[in-house]
Amino acid sequence: MKTPKLDPPDAVPPRPSTVVADDEGTLVAAAKQGDMAAFETLVGRYERKIFRLAQNITQSKEDAEDVMQEAFLKSFQHLAEFQGNSRFYTWLVRIAVNQALMKLRKRRPNEFSLDQEIETGDDLMPREVEDWGPSPEDRYEQTELGDILSAAIADLEPGFRIVFQLRDIEELSTEETAEALGLSVPAVKSRLLRARLKLRQKLNRHFRKEEVN
Amino acid sequence: MNCRKIIIALSEYLDGALDPILKTSIEIHLAKCEDCRLVVDTTRHTIEIYCKSTPAPLPATTRQRLHDALRKRLQA
Repeated sequence: MKTPKLDPPDAVPPRPSTVVADDEGTLVAAAKQGDMAAFETLVGRYERKIFRLAQNITQSKEDAEDVMQEAFLKSFQHLAEFQGNSRFYTWLVRIAVNQALMKLRKRRPNEFSLDQEIETGDDLMPREVEDWGPSPEDRYEQTELGDILSAAIADLEPGFRIVFQLRDIEELSTEETAEALGLSVPAVKSRLLRARLKLRQKLNRHFRKEEVN
Repeated sequence: MNCRKIIIALSEYLDGALDPILKTSIEIHLAKCEDCRLVVDTTRHTIEIYCKSTPAPLPATTRQRLHDALRKRLQA
């Protein structure tokens, strides 16, 4: 049943950024001069992603809407402080993450901490190892796939979910993720590994070849 | 190199962040160990699926409220 396949050593593809358009610098410069139309173009470009980010962190549509509004508002109000040392989107993500974490801590002050202890050791070893085939996601309609991905990430502990969101969905670097969350680089790496393995395990139920009808 | 060490180094291997000697020793292990190969492949696939996933469109009312709020508060 299993089909052994070894990717060639250089097959790990660099992941090109999918979040930055070429004219971002021009739009940001115009918005800095008070051009609301330019800013609204930036908002329109990133609103879906910021809403998904906020929803994945807060796990609440209402909170995500508040977070999104505050993030865009603050980004405009503080645009003069954006020096262009990072991508505008990265800067915006950091503002949104701050807003979302504040919301989460306010809502669940005794439950939520990014610094909470994480399990170590034997939990890392995968329990189920099965072949998925080349494109398991093609077996699902887009909406159904979206539901599967959302449910799997929602099921992660917050400390894993947020790190995975920033590193693998928003494409921040490990260092940017650590800085945004106030974590050390080793802590980000540790959480990222666990998040990736846990998500793999959750998706395995849907993507293993045995699930094909 | 054993299966546990592969798992511990998995993230950095997939990110291309390992030094060449460790990378080579991982690949020697992967050539022999089907279970580790499958874990590497399916974890890579997990990352790619999320990375490629497109966020759903904002509900029209949510979008309207966002743009109304921004116009109201930024032009005040």
